[in-house]
Amino acid sequence: MVLLTDIFYLIAASLFILGLKKLSSPKTARVGNLLAMLAMLIAVVVTLLDKQIVDFSFIIAGVIIGAFIGTIAAKKVEMTAMPQMVALFNSLGGGASALVAFAQYMRHPQSTDAFILGTIIVSILIGTVTFTGSVVAFAKLQGIMRGAPIVFKGQKWVNVLIFAVLIALAVMIIVRPSPMAVMLAILCLSGILGVSTVIPIGGADMPVVISLLNSLSGLAAASTGFVLSSNMLIIAGSLVGASGIILTNIMCRAMNRPLTNVLFGAVGSDGGAAAGTGEKRQVTGYSAEDAAVMLESAQNVIVVPGYGLAVAQAQHVLHEMALLLEENGITVRYAIHPVAGRMPGHMNVLLAEANVSYDQLFEMEVINDDFQHTDVALVVGANDVINPAARTKKESALYGMPILNVDQAKTVIIIKRSLSVGFAGEDNELFYDSKTMMVFGDAKKMLTELVHYLKG
Amino acid sequence: MGESMMVFVYVFVLAIFIGFEVITKVPPLLHTPLMSGSNAISGITIVGALLIAGIASQGESALLSKILGMVALIFATINVVGGFLVTDRMLEMFKKDKTKEGEKK
Repeated sequence: MVLLTDIFYLIAASLFILGLKKLSSPKTARVGNLLAMLAMLIAVVVTLLDKQIVDFSFIIAGVIIGAFIGTIAAKKVEMTAMPQMVALFNSLGGGASALVAFAQYMRHPQSTDAFILGTIIVSILIGTVTFTGSVVAFAKLQGIMRGAPIVFKGQKWVNVLIFAVLIALAVMIIVRPSPMAVMLAILCLSGILGVSTVIPIGGADMPVVISLLNSLSGLAAASTGFVLSSNMLIIAGSLVGASGIILTNIMCRAMNRPLTNVLFGAVGSDGGAAAGTGEKRQVTGYSAEDAAVMLESAQNVIVVPGYGLAVAQAQHVLHEMALLLEENGITVRYAIHPVAGRMPGHMNVLLAEANVSYDQLFEMEVINDDFQHTDVALVVGANDVINPAARTKKESALYGMPILNVDQAKTVIIIKRSLSVGFAGEDNELFYDSKTMMVFGDAKKMLTELVHYLKG
Repeated sequence: MGESMMVFVYVFVLAIFIGFEVITKVPPLLHTPLMSGSNAISGITIVGALLIAGIASQGESALLSKILGMVALIFATINVVGGFLVTDRMLEMFKKDKTKEGEKK
């Protein structure tokens, strides 16, 4: 029976790997996700047949409540709110791992096996940090909490101190059986550590943070696997851990900043309220009508979407505009910067929602050389990812970050609410360039007007 | 650390390598679904939560641990069900020229 259980767990683990493998192409991705679902189902059913389980009342209640909330959330969420949703799910995954480890400790508080105790502590630590860290990330993304870095003097040292105390407590528990309060202290301190690590991180750095927390939620599951001696948990958890690490790496590279700088640099302003450092310069504002005339005379257009598109929920009207241009024989493509939006791939999902064909979506490296042959680059709600200061201005926070070569297009149209600086707090030279047409206003409103003129 | 424990460490390290190999091949286009999907997979903790919530209980602390298990189960189930469903919803939207194909037919 034990052997049979293990065989089914092995099948489930293989299906997880196969499912992730199928995510390598949009054609097979949906099947891949279904395979992963199947794997989860197998794992759950096999576990329910375990003869250790004698009482189903708690299980039935838990699964019904969880499945109900999960289904509602998945059906209702707006695609623009995807980063928050993922952060929230992440926190629950981490929290569940920590709780399982803690409950396991409560069942055998007098255990002296150093390996088991060690993995319980690691599991509680990582799980709780993921839980509270993700909740803070959620609050920032949802706008419950201010997106700008929250810093206080000596913040770094407070974190170091918390970590040191955590290690001391862990050693205490491993060396000799300690009262439950010590483990509770570890739980609480881990929770504080999660909060204090994420609050100083600015809104634009969220893609990195979410990726990192994603990785941690996987590692928390894997360490719970050690606690429960379950290969199934270890394998599935490690896969997620690896995935999160890869994404974190890609995001950091796309910003040309090491992870330590993202986590401890507290870079970024609220992106809006704060004015640029330099003197106030005048810039001509164009109307949507001017932009429509310019677009109609173009032969090829590259659209550069940014977080502003998501905020304004303007993806559908953007696609409507693109369709009108295409009817006039104008080529329209989309250039996606890796850190556009608030999570990896955020823009792709939005545009897919608006029915944009995915073969019109291009990665930065693929499309960057084409800007010089492009008549109009239409920027919607993006700023830092097109700021030429990243190439030239050594003292800028953006310096060295790979950017989209929007400035090489013949004409640049930028739809933006105001002249305010981006999250990096760096003024954008491109706004003042003679070939740039600034169209001030909400992305959705301006694009709707554009569509109106293009039709007329 | 016993020999059996070392086996788990082997599994852990090898699984991380497999993860790296498989996931580097996922294109940036699909990074958001990858994230929400892998997120759902990390809800595998549900297996642990099921065991803890359903195990025979004797005494007060055992009951408390079962209640913790149930809370963990609720969390993990939201994570798993919500994560997979929302990923499916997203992946369904990724289409190649749906409108144009429709016109041809």
